[in-house]
Amino acid sequence: MAELLFWPALLAYGEAAVAYVGEARHPGLAGRLATWGVRIGWLVQTALLAVQAARADGFPWSTWAGSLNLFVWLVVGAYLFWGCQVPYRMLGLTVLPLAAVLLALAHAGGGTTAHGTGRYSNLFLVLHVGLVLAAFAGFTVAAGLSALYLWQERRLKRRETSILRVRAPGLARLDELTARTIVVALPALTLGIAVGIARLRDRGGGFDALMAVTLVTWAVYGLYLALRLAAGVRGRRAAYLALAGFLLVAVVRFALPMTHFA
Amino acid sequence: MRIVLVGVSHHGAPLELRERAALGSDQAADLARRLAGESGEAVCLSTCNRTELYLADEIGEEAERRAEAALLALEAELGPTLYRLRDEAAALHLFRVAAGLDSMVPGEGEILGQVRAAYEAGATGSILDRLFRQALHAGRKARVQTSIGESPASVSSAAAALAEQVFGDLRGRRILVVGAGKVGDLTARNLLSRGAEIAWIANRSADRAADLAARFGGEALPLERVEAHLAAADVLVSSTSAPGRILEREQVERTLPARKGRPLFLIDLAVPRDLDPSIHELDGCYLYDIDDLQAVVAETLAGRRREADRAEAIVGEEAHRFREWQASLDVVPAIASLRARAEEIRAAELRRAKLSDSERRAAESVTAAVLNKLLHLPTIRMKEAAAAADGVIYADAVRHLFGLEDER
Repeated sequence: MAELLFWPALLAYGEAAVAYVGEARHPGLAGRLATWGVRIGWLVQTALLAVQAARADGFPWSTWAGSLNLFVWLVVGAYLFWGCQVPYRMLGLTVLPLAAVLLALAHAGGGTTAHGTGRYSNLFLVLHVGLVLAAFAGFTVAAGLSALYLWQERRLKRRETSILRVRAPGLARLDELTARTIVVALPALTLGIAVGIARLRDRGGGFDALMAVTLVTWAVYGLYLALRLAAGVRGRRAAYLALAGFLLVAVVRFALPMTHFA
Repeated sequence: MRIVLVGVSHHGAPLELRERAALGSDQAADLARRLAGESGEAVCLSTCNRTELYLADEIGEEAERRAEAALLALEAELGPTLYRLRDEAAALHLFRVAAGLDSMVPGEGEILGQVRAAYEAGATGSILDRLFRQALHAGRKARVQTSIGESPASVSSAAAALAEQVFGDLRGRRILVVGAGKVGDLTARNLLSRGAEIAWIANRSADRAADLAARFGGEALPLERVEAHLAAADVLVSSTSAPGRILEREQVERTLPARKGRPLFLIDLAVPRDLDPSIHELDGCYLYDIDDLQAVVAETLAGRRREADRAEAIVGEEAHRFREWQASLDVVPAIASLRARAEEIRAAELRRAKLSDSERRAAESVTAAVLNKLLHLPTIRMKEAAAAADGVIYADAVRHLFGLEDER
């Protein structure tokens, strides 16, 4: 059953990723096809996660690949907030290829099957993994928005004559949406880290390098918001900072198998 | 019925001639009624780029003479610039006009409304009614299925579209207008129509600034106070006739800390330029001069021309469909006569036969079915022949073979 749901989800995300490329070349029908691909893919993946939750013994996404599956669902869900609106379609060009690749990776790692048994199933872990993954999904979308900002800014600075043929959202709007996404994602990461630390104290585990990088990630996004509020840092510098934060997110995500799931 | 078009347009006639042939909506409606007479149909399409008369009449030559005389009565010198088209060519021309393919700026949107207004004011019957309805459909379809009309086609609309690329939504964005040039005025209006607010108007002449401020609702300023208001502005539109620069890089740089990272879009429409070009290098500042805007417009127009090929295909299809419909008109009377004659014979033979009620019902049903099957193929073949332009020959042959000449 899970296999039956995985392939349509991957195909829909893949179709959306290709259609977004088409949208960038000839805006119109390709954009609509992409939007429907995202919607259908996300609904099918929701069904896949529901099947996994129903059949698993314990928390079904406690493996690295399983958590990647959940992470993709959260990223696409966060993207769906505004990605289906026509002005933000180009954001799909940064988010959907990543989602398709990560979902395929989750499948290769066995994270999309319905018969896995969770090694951990206490509430603390569910909260910790859920909150951290939700925050990371938000940071991923923020990185997509920042990448789109830098691309659009470069086109304006270069005075590219094709700028009105392939339209992107306005710079100010992209900047604002990036900040809003981080405002939502950072408290989730804060709570996720707090839950993790509480569990660590409870179990008496050690502090590892990955936890340190996660704290640095938290600090980078905290700095992003502080600089924005206190010093009015916006635009290109803010976009670079959001992308730097995302690099740390990627490091944490891909280093997970070596520490937490080892 | 033949369709006739006689007209004059920007392709062959200069503005001095076109303006003498231009008609107001009432005059165009009167002329259409006059040309239609008692049995014909006529529509007069008059815009700043064209005056065209569409007529549908039994005798094409006569209709063409009437239309030509009507245009020459407006301006005798139009003669050499007039074009005359008939039937399919006239239909294709109207479809291209409605799609904006015959306009100065390909895909311009105004023409579709003008075609609709001309149609509504015209003296139409079955032919021109169908022609104009299909032309409006073709015009809409070309705009929906291609992006021929989407990109800005003027410097002022390109400037406003670029401002949207910087800010997204322009609602509530504050504009500082410097100078009172015509293009600057158009650009400010364009920004205003997209929701921006003209907050300040600076000009060397205080009276002119006050006049513009009263018109647009902003605050009038002397040129010297531009820098002081720069920190609060989102868009600056400059179009003075000053020989030197109005704003230097250092002046903008000084306002940046107060802007707190908010982008500033500067539009320099003046020649010589009002704004220091190096302002564009500042973080968060985007400066476009008249050449930059014209390059953007040239690109969008090139895009429109590329889309025009797709729109031509759509319009061609619609013209083909119209031709098929028009051609079918040649054979429809012959088909109707043939069916009527067959039905008449069937009814007469049934009346003559001595049958009971139940037998009559059965015979009615069987003979009707035989008749329909027998006439089905000739009907289809005649319609096909009509589409291939042989319709009249087939119709004449059917009339001759079945003795339908009197029913013509």
